Amino acid sequence: MSQAPSASDASKESPPPLPSGVVAFVKRDCPTCVLVEPILQAIALEVPITVYTQDDPEFPAGLKPVDDTELTVSWHYDIDVVPTLLRVEAGRVVETALGWHRGEWEKLSGVEGLGPDLPELRVGCGSLSVDPSRAPELALRFSGSKLQSRRVETASLEDDIQACFDRGWTDGLPVVPPTEARVLAMLEGTTRSPEELVAVVPPDLQPCSVEKVAINAVMAGCRPSYLPVVLAAVEAACTDEFNIHGLLATTMSAGPVLIVNGPIRKRIGMNSGNNVLGQGNRANSTIGRALQLVIRNVGGGRPGDVDRATFGNPGKVGFCFAEDEEGSPWTPLSTDFGFEAGTNTVTLFPGEGPRTIFDQLSREPESLARSFAASLRTMYSPKSVMVFDVVLIVSPEHARVFREAGWSKEDLRAKLHELTLLPGDELVRGAQGIAEGLPDGVRGKSIPKFRPDGLHIVHAGGGAGLFSAIIAGWVNGEMGSRTVSWEIQS
Amino acid sequence: MTILLDPTSEAVPAERTRAKRLATLAGQTVGLLDIAKMRGDIFLDRLEERLTKKGAKVIRYKKPTFTKPAPIDLRHEIAEQCDAVVEALAD
Repeated sequence: MSQAPSASDASKESPPPLPSGVVAFVKRDCPTCVLVEPILQAIALEVPITVYTQDDPEFPAGLKPVDDTELTVSWHYDIDVVPTLLRVEAGRVVETALGWHRGEWEKLSGVEGLGPDLPELRVGCGSLSVDPSRAPELALRFSGSKLQSRRVETASLEDDIQACFDRGWTDGLPVVPPTEARVLAMLEGTTRSPEELVAVVPPDLQPCSVEKVAINAVMAGCRPSYLPVVLAAVEAACTDEFNIHGLLATTMSAGPVLIVNGPIRKRIGMNSGNNVLGQGNRANSTIGRALQLVIRNVGGGRPGDVDRATFGNPGKVGFCFAEDEEGSPWTPLSTDFGFEAGTNTVTLFPGEGPRTIFDQLSREPESLARSFAASLRTMYSPKSVMVFDVVLIVSPEHARVFREAGWSKEDLRAKLHELTLLPGDELVRGAQGIAEGLPDGVRGKSIPKFRPDGLHIVHAGGGAGLFSAIIAGWVNGEMGSRTVSWEIQS
Repeated sequence: MTILLDPTSEAVPAERTRAKRLATLAGQTVGLLDIAKMRGDIFLDRLEERLTKKGAKVIRYKKPTFTKPAPIDLRHEIAEQCDAVVEALAD
């Protein structure tokens, strides 16, 4: 792999100076600019004026416009609208008028009686320098230098996607090649600066910048609007409490499961309904993947290396979904972690693949809770207790049973704890003819299946289907992983 | 040709020279780091026996939990106190 220069030469250009006097930015493609062509000509008869043209070097006629079809000047002076009229003194912009407005133009230019036949005002058009088809390339040309990452040049006959595989950057699926233009566009999704430190990522304990997260988010297929969720997830994953190191290294199947709450779910188009844990939604499919790519690429955590999973699970490519808050009889998951409802959060749970609970006949909450408990009791092993937490995902049709009976989330949780108290005699080694089990000391006692804060309840899923789902956790507590809920900064 | 941005930590392995091999164990201090996985201590007990027989002084260390990297202070302590270290994994 060869290393390209760290920044393009164009980025080293300083902003071009503006001449003193009246300065205008126009394009022929804008009807307002065409409308004011005679105005600009009239101003030129009275005071010095410099016109920068973005598309047609001959426009406006007779004014010898400066060719800014490369958009260098427009970009450097943040021109958003054409026409833009500026008054410049000693290289500094002292007055600005956007679009056509007779009063403003007369005041700015000092020329009276402009365009008596024209309407009083007319809004302008978007400047070509902010046109979506041009802006990414301009940002790259002029601010590529703000990116610090090593440039990797692919060979001309090399396929870019294949190049990413060959360099060990992928999870086995194709990634979007992280070009500078794509990474700059991704960084538009956050107000945080690219060099800001996000986290120190295990297992190699490498510092990870916003820029590195953005690169991996591009590769995962994220849109820029997802970046704040990915950043929050990386921060949460790398806390001592969540312990992504241990979760990565374990022989167990679990990986990080991301559950998103708050209005951002709707804003970025996440799925909390039909096929919520499945394929088909870009945000759901790529946000969890971006986190896993950060762990792989920045942290150095790779399967067969530090990742010692016996089986793993398909969700380790990326597992992220949103809670259905609007249809829920209960408060959002985030409120169980002390956040106000309506806060944008991502909750990280160390979990394995989902498993469905089937109950089509329970219409009373007691019956449905018993059904849930019967499935929960066998999680991992009918004899495993207290070591693993769980996320119980209650579907809309099952949730209706509790809503109609007036059961709060706490009511359901308390009932499930009660129904999953297990007799120690059934748990000891050798009981039921199974060598696995607890030491003899638990005989005669009741042992809870879950820790008091180890049973998380979420509302999600499609409108039809009398099912719920269990996501089993990894080792909980100090030695393992604690579920972490993290606020998403916009 | 495309220019891509490196998604990794770019942690080019610093060129490290290995510590010089000990010519003898006699009179040397050897650290035994138990990563706190079950039954690792049994393996280390046996190692300690054999190393002591060869005249080495043995200091035992233990990670708080096998699921997390050894704390920086523990790593520093071992580096300060020992001429060699054996880190043992058992299950």
